[in-house]
Amino acid sequence: MELGVTLRKLKEKFGDWLFDVGQAFGDDFFVAHKDKVVEISRFLRDDPDLRYNFLIDITAVDYPQRRPRFEVVYHFFSLPFKQRVRMKVPVEENHAEVPTLISLWEGANWFEREVWDMFGIRFSGHPDLRRILLYESFEGHPLRKDYPVNKRQPLVGPKIS
Amino acid sequence: MEHDIFGAIDEKTVLDANQVVINMGPQHPSTHGVLRVKLTLDGERVIDTDCIIGYLHRGTEKIVENRPYAAGVPYFDRTDYVAAVSNNLGYVECVEKMLGVEVPPRVQYIRTMMTEFQRIASHLLWLGTHALDIGAMTVFLYAFREREEILKLFEALFGARLTIHAFRIGGLWQDLPVGFLDACRRFSDTIGEHINEYEGLLTNNRIWLERTRDIGVISAQDAIDLGLTGPVLRGSGVNYDVRKARPYSAYADFDFDIPLGVHGDTYDRYLVRIEEMRQSNRIIQQCITRMPTGPIRAKAPRVIKPPVGEYYHSVEGPKGELGYYIVSEGKTSPYRVRIRPPTFINLQALKKLVKGHLVADVVAIIGTLDIVLGEIDR
Repeated sequence: MELGVTLRKLKEKFGDWLFDVGQAFGDDFFVAHKDKVVEISRFLRDDPDLRYNFLIDITAVDYPQRRPRFEVVYHFFSLPFKQRVRMKVPVEENHAEVPTLISLWEGANWFEREVWDMFGIRFSGHPDLRRILLYESFEGHPLRKDYPVNKRQPLVGPKIS
Repeated sequence: MEHDIFGAIDEKTVLDANQVVINMGPQHPSTHGVLRVKLTLDGERVIDTDCIIGYLHRGTEKIVENRPYAAGVPYFDRTDYVAAVSNNLGYVECVEKMLGVEVPPRVQYIRTMMTEFQRIASHLLWLGTHALDIGAMTVFLYAFREREEILKLFEALFGARLTIHAFRIGGLWQDLPVGFLDACRRFSDTIGEHINEYEGLLTNNRIWLERTRDIGVISAQDAIDLGLTGPVLRGSGVNYDVRKARPYSAYADFDFDIPLGVHGDTYDRYLVRIEEMRQSNRIIQQCITRMPTGPIRAKAPRVIKPPVGEYYHSVEGPKGELGYYIVSEGKTSPYRVRIRPPTFINLQALKKLVKGHLVADVVAIIGTLDIVLGEIDR
């Protein structure tokens, strides 16, 4: 398979840290080691031939049968070259932590808070890692596959003293 | 320690005479839904803000992961509930791409046309409420008059006005009714006049200028760093529109321009959206005159089982890049559906935009971000 310029450059520079590269439905993707998330993202953003300067999305997928269990999925877009690339980062369950991208993109803040809220994956270095859509006393992380779809949590309200 | 779920104001802050913390919302008309903003004020000046969201969280992504693909479509009417057509388009096209289904040209044209109608309707709702927030009542009445005409068109074609389940995977549920294109043409011939009317009320209005110029300025670089999309990004002069950058549906066939702002303030974003309505109307006119004939359904499988894999597809919604990331395990329901909600990310900019402004400007800035809480909270 012919690799695009993005994946070729990445392989050259970070070859040892990539588990897989390829194309799916027209988009390039690669699977990277979580220790190199920030370096790879900075390289994608700043390299003059790539310029992936726009962080589109951060999300995660839960695969309970797989080891490692989670996959954090990043989408980058290059405004100058109109290209999109997907970075997937496997994360194991008992040490669910990925470095934050806030130092590169301020917009990563709420994305990462949402992933923490919904999947329970922490982002090391995040200055304000609170739940965002749910409330603090909510138990569990609802987008994990082992969270029952019809589970109810107690109603909460202001404490009346 | 027990968590205080409401983030109540602690005593120390209250006692500090220089800073006052007040709540705006969740039940506040100018927050456009159930947004709660905790404002830290020094007199009338905003020092810091904290958005508390999630009041409308329904777990759309989890629900859709437990439904067949086709049954997922109506749930996306209810994310951004004032732009249901755009939401449907993104999801339906994403599933079609995964299946490898090519929809007939007539379907693409109808979809494009209705999405542009939706863009105008969404912008009209934004314009009306934004002006109302700032104190201009008249525009609201005019804008809703025209929006009503669009909703009537939706009712004729889709059978509903707001949560409309516009498109099906592989096509449409019915062809255009008799006389529909004439009704579209009548609307399209008059909307230009009406936009001039709104502009006559606002564009050179002294009060409007005072309230919107140099309010909530964001530079192009900051807008990119924050991941802003849609008119909020283009108001800062960054030329990024998914319709041009990665054309989908039938957008590659049409001539239209992407209006760009210069200063990145509330006024420029207003101008960008006004011009976008005109450009949408241009697309609609081209759709009407070049509407192809042919089938309204592709040969899509009866049981929708996309091959194993993952796909990201995005469309330019009225509020920004609306993306769908779907992971398929080859089953009848998606393994993972992620919505990239444009207003969720745009709202993040509020903290930066309101810093140093007056409380009254917070209302203007929330209005200019054009948020919909159904989409933010999902």
